[in-house]
Amino acid sequence: MIAKGSFIPNFVGTPVQRVEDLRLLRGRGQFVDDVHHEGMLFAAILRSPVAHGRIRLIDYAAARGMPGVRGIFTAGDIAHAPECTVPTIPMRRGQLEGLAPFEQPVIAQSKVRYVGEPLAVVVADSAALAEDAVDAIVADIEPLAPVVDCHVSGRDEVLLFEEHGTNLAVTYTVEKGDAKSVQAAYARRERFSVQRHTAVCMEPRGLLAVWDGVHAKLRVSGAAKVPFAIRRVLAQRLDLPEDCVDMIELDVGGGFGVRGEFYPEDFLIPFLARKLNRPLKWTEDRRENLLGSNHAREAECEIEIACDRDGTILALLGRIWVNMGAYVRNSAEVAPRNVALFLSGPYRIPNIHIESSMVVTNKAPAGPYRGPGRFEADFFRERLFDMAARDLGIGQVEFRRRNLVRESEMPYRIAAITPSYGERQVEFDGGDYSIALDRCLGEIRWAEKAALQGKLIDGRYHGLGVGCFIESGGGGQRENARLVVEADGMVSLYIGSSNIGQGLETICIQIAADALGLPMEKIRVFHGSTTNLSEGFGSFGSRSVVMGGSAILDAAGNLKAKVRSAAARRLGCVAGEVVIGDGVSASFGGKTLALADVADEDLSADGTFASHQRTYAYGAAAAHVAVDAKTGHVELIEYVTVEDVGRIINPLTANGQAVGAAVQGLGGTFMEHLQYDQDGQFLTASLADYLMPTATDFPNVRAVELEISPSPTNPLGAKGAGEGGTIPVGGVVSNAVAAALAPLGVEPRELPLSPYRIWKLVQAAR
Amino acid sequence: MESRASAIRFELNGKPVEARVSARTTLADCLRHQLLQTGTHVGCEHGVCGACTVIVNGDAVRSCLMLAVQVDGATVTTVEGLSREDSLTPLQAAFRKHHALQCGFCTPGMLTTAHALLTDEPDADKTRIREVLSGNLCRCTGYIPIVEAVYEARATYRSKDKSAKA
Amino acid sequence: MKLPLFDYAAPATLAEAIALLAASGGTAKALAGGQSLLPTMAFRLAMPTLLVDLRRLAGLDRITLGEDGVRLGAKVRWRDIEDDTRLRTAHPLLAAAITHVAHYQIRNRGTVGGNLAHADPAAEMPGVAVACDAELVLTGSKGTRVVRSADFFLGPLTTALADDELIVEVRLPAWPAARRWGFEEFAQRRGDFAVAGIAAFYDADARGVAGNTHIAVIGACHRPHRLAGAEAALNGHMVDEQVIVAAAKVAAAEVDPPADLHASAEYRRALVGTLLERALIRASR
Repeated sequence: MIAKGSFIPNFVGTPVQRVEDLRLLRGRGQFVDDVHHEGMLFAAILRSPVAHGRIRLIDYAAARGMPGVRGIFTAGDIAHAPECTVPTIPMRRGQLEGLAPFEQPVIAQSKVRYVGEPLAVVVADSAALAEDAVDAIVADIEPLAPVVDCHVSGRDEVLLFEEHGTNLAVTYTVEKGDAKSVQAAYARRERFSVQRHTAVCMEPRGLLAVWDGVHAKLRVSGAAKVPFAIRRVLAQRLDLPEDCVDMIELDVGGGFGVRGEFYPEDFLIPFLARKLNRPLKWTEDRRENLLGSNHAREAECEIEIACDRDGTILALLGRIWVNMGAYVRNSAEVAPRNVALFLSGPYRIPNIHIESSMVVTNKAPAGPYRGPGRFEADFFRERLFDMAARDLGIGQVEFRRRNLVRESEMPYRIAAITPSYGERQVEFDGGDYSIALDRCLGEIRWAEKAALQGKLIDGRYHGLGVGCFIESGGGGQRENARLVVEADGMVSLYIGSSNIGQGLETICIQIAADALGLPMEKIRVFHGSTTNLSEGFGSFGSRSVVMGGSAILDAAGNLKAKVRSAAARRLGCVAGEVVIGDGVSASFGGKTLALADVADEDLSADGTFASHQRTYAYGAAAAHVAVDAKTGHVELIEYVTVEDVGRIINPLTANGQAVGAAVQGLGGTFMEHLQYDQDGQFLTASLADYLMPTATDFPNVRAVELEISPSPTNPLGAKGAGEGGTIPVGGVVSNAVAAALAPLGVEPRELPLSPYRIWKLVQAAR
Repeated sequence: MESRASAIRFELNGKPVEARVSARTTLADCLRHQLLQTGTHVGCEHGVCGACTVIVNGDAVRSCLMLAVQVDGATVTTVEGLSREDSLTPLQAAFRKHHALQCGFCTPGMLTTAHALLTDEPDADKTRIREVLSGNLCRCTGYIPIVEAVYEARATYRSKDKSAKA
Repeated sequence: MKLPLFDYAAPATLAEAIALLAASGGTAKALAGGQSLLPTMAFRLAMPTLLVDLRRLAGLDRITLGEDGVRLGAKVRWRDIEDDTRLRTAHPLLAAAITHVAHYQIRNRGTVGGNLAHADPAAEMPGVAVACDAELVLTGSKGTRVVRSADFFLGPLTTALADDELIVEVRLPAWPAARRWGFEEFAQRRGDFAVAGIAAFYDADARGVAGNTHIAVIGACHRPHRLAGAEAALNGHMVDEQVIVAAAKVAAAEVDPPADLHASAEYRRALVGTLLERALIRASR
């Protein structure tokens, strides 16, 4: 469906400096913890110290009497009646068969299933006093044997949900052709694994809930990503009409998929604000953030590739196990589906059979994180590709080139997934993947550097890796926008998309400005909050430009139609005779009205864009590393990522996303690791133990954005492009390390590539 | 308010301020929640992320690792004090030009750190800039544009004209 | 992670500070830069009843160079060591080691005394102190005493400091200009605590034969200590590749490293050997 509006690009495509920066640079951003509300109280949460157990008693008598404590609440205060269960967090997609038993209760009731699970909420006059009281609560929990490993959990000897009878939540099957019947000249089977890590946004989560007892309305600030979806769930769980719940999106300190899912606190804080009839603020501290904001990426696989002698891939088969943690949270299915569905990447693989199982364990629950499932899939696939290429005596580049989907094969269908959840069959929409590959190879000077492969220079082994990737974007069915011409001639743009730091405000204003022929200063944008529009869908799966941007075009088209009608009345003609010019001026018969001249009319227009078709940005990345085999340290000498994003709205922000995404991927590849011991105790609860990249770690990362094949699915021609920078990193870099250490016979099969782990591989290969 | 609060007086962004704080109130929390200067952000409360960086007596420090009582009599500058009412300073403009911020949460800490560095070392090269900024975590930008911005801003700190600073 | 409740005092004199510590019966803690103490309190791992802030105490922040060596007041900050250009020649090992400490903002607050009292075995300063046979001057209610570094560090985060004592000064012996030295540290990222580190020096006679070798290990240990075996492997020999490799092997064998979530004991052991090799190659050039 093509939106009505069209435009002449003026701001779109130029590196406009961001509107958001004017407040953010001066410390005038408003993040949720910056907000003060008269009379607000503060919540702190008692979290389970054990990974698996039955709750006997939560003794908070002593805590209740401590200074400043206004109340302490447990499951008994939240369940409708003593014999009832507390509400659970539903899946965003709706009831998915078989997954309901694994939903997380908003507070632990009879059992605890992970260290960090909420047990009680203390409300007090200050955050510090609330925390003091939390420390004084004694939780008597009968410990049960914990299970942290996927395979052990999969044996169902220790069950997390006894009534359900299994820890295997669901298995997805991805199928194309007939992989099991393939007879191939060459085959290789390998096991790989990716470690648990996650987004770790710089701003921890937070909420400020205000209950208006007079009007029975709830206003919750701190929303992000999908405020309308969160509202729907919250209203339902609180027995409130949706229009009595406002979710307010302020400035947001990063999302990356992790902020904005429905968490226990998203119920608990509003519930208690209403119960106490006092504004209630909760701010996650960094320990809680590491412990309880969605974890991600932990997956292992056993996969097999089958090829002809010339390297043509015939089949890809295998099993993948995704360690989901203790509960299936509201978008939990995304990564387990993607890791299997996109295992084939942008390559032509005629026969595929992959099974991906979601297994629960006594770790924190997992959810989508930038390029969910795809980062893992690319690591698994690209490592196997390099092994196969080497076995067959074919170069890394040539192996990929041979198997890349060609433009002539577009639209190209990949495998089908069951259960499908009503999703459309994935079809790559167009593009010349080899152009991105060639550009990438040129940028890193592959031909020149190829001679360095495996060479020992000044005590370090050098290696290069390359990989191709695909990124899907523009997900979710629809997005809405509204344009309102204000009395002063300014235009207000209301959009259902969410700003999570990606420059959404600026992008939206650029698009609206061009659609209306107005200067950017004439447009104000209001994003995310449910007070702006009656329906919105938010920012996830790299969709805001595609969906939100296209909705803006539609709204602009509709606004012009209204201006035509309003002007026609004043100009004494029919609407069809009015000529709309720059700045939505209206002319007929030698007379021109400016927008401000008709602004006293009630001029507003809604726009929408709906599409079930995803967009597929694609690209290639390459890395040059130098490895100190004695310490295991890897220096990333150069990293280049190239991506065709269809259409670039703002080159500055598009490039910024790609570089930032790559560095996040490098963190996950080298150093980030959420670790647990065998008892399910969480070991990395501080930023001194969960290591993330700093300014000195990866100074030589570059990104190139191309506009080769605009997407046919939306009027902007844009493809979602916020995740492509992260997706290929693990595969490309580990291939570079493998190439460097090939003389030592080292083959990395696990992430992270920490110095210690590389050293161990070198020792083992001796 | 907790018991045993004491009165502190210090200079904040060029103006004298007073507050009553309990001993355990960190400088970060005092600035944010009592003096309502929320530009300084709290990202970890254990001295690693650098989002809370402010300038005390000319030194860039982690305000989550200082008690408010420790700045009694001191001179404190936050991001608000490095800003102008109606325009961006050259350092801020350089950040904007190079797209050195996305979500903006780490940005005040980056600005105060960069300002302290360039005030003392206006000739700092990129290696030194990276080294100094390695104590400030950013999850969005990958750091490269931040280093570029600080590097470009050096010129305004070298000039004798002090209008580079607020 | 708000701080727990505590009483606070900022005494004007050393005597008052000591009296406050003494009166608390071991439940008070001295607050210098706070860069190590406050994070542990934020995690509520340390919950002192009283913080005795040393910020008003005068005269403890001087760096004095003399014939007998370098004296660092306990309140000398890493920043002060960095800024004192005399130290690059007066004590190059100290100057080099300090460049690895933490980050810019922490270096503006963190102090030598606080760091030594905290005694993290992966910190640079305790290792340098031990390598150099530094003396620590401690003052408490019973008076002042001088303790050798080797006797000061007892274990991870454990020292010989009594509950009512404060470090007031660190004395590093004089550093001959011709001394050969090397400092090598391995950390996963710049500024992180050392996974392993080596502080080493020796004096070479006219023929180039090594003597007076001092080698201390950082990070791959429960407390910083000298590696007598590795030192003996160097003393009396010309420092060539063969001798270096042999000393490194001995060093790797004689350390007793801990294991943690970042690294195994064996890896640390191997790092010690590699780092000593690299330190000695640097020293011998």
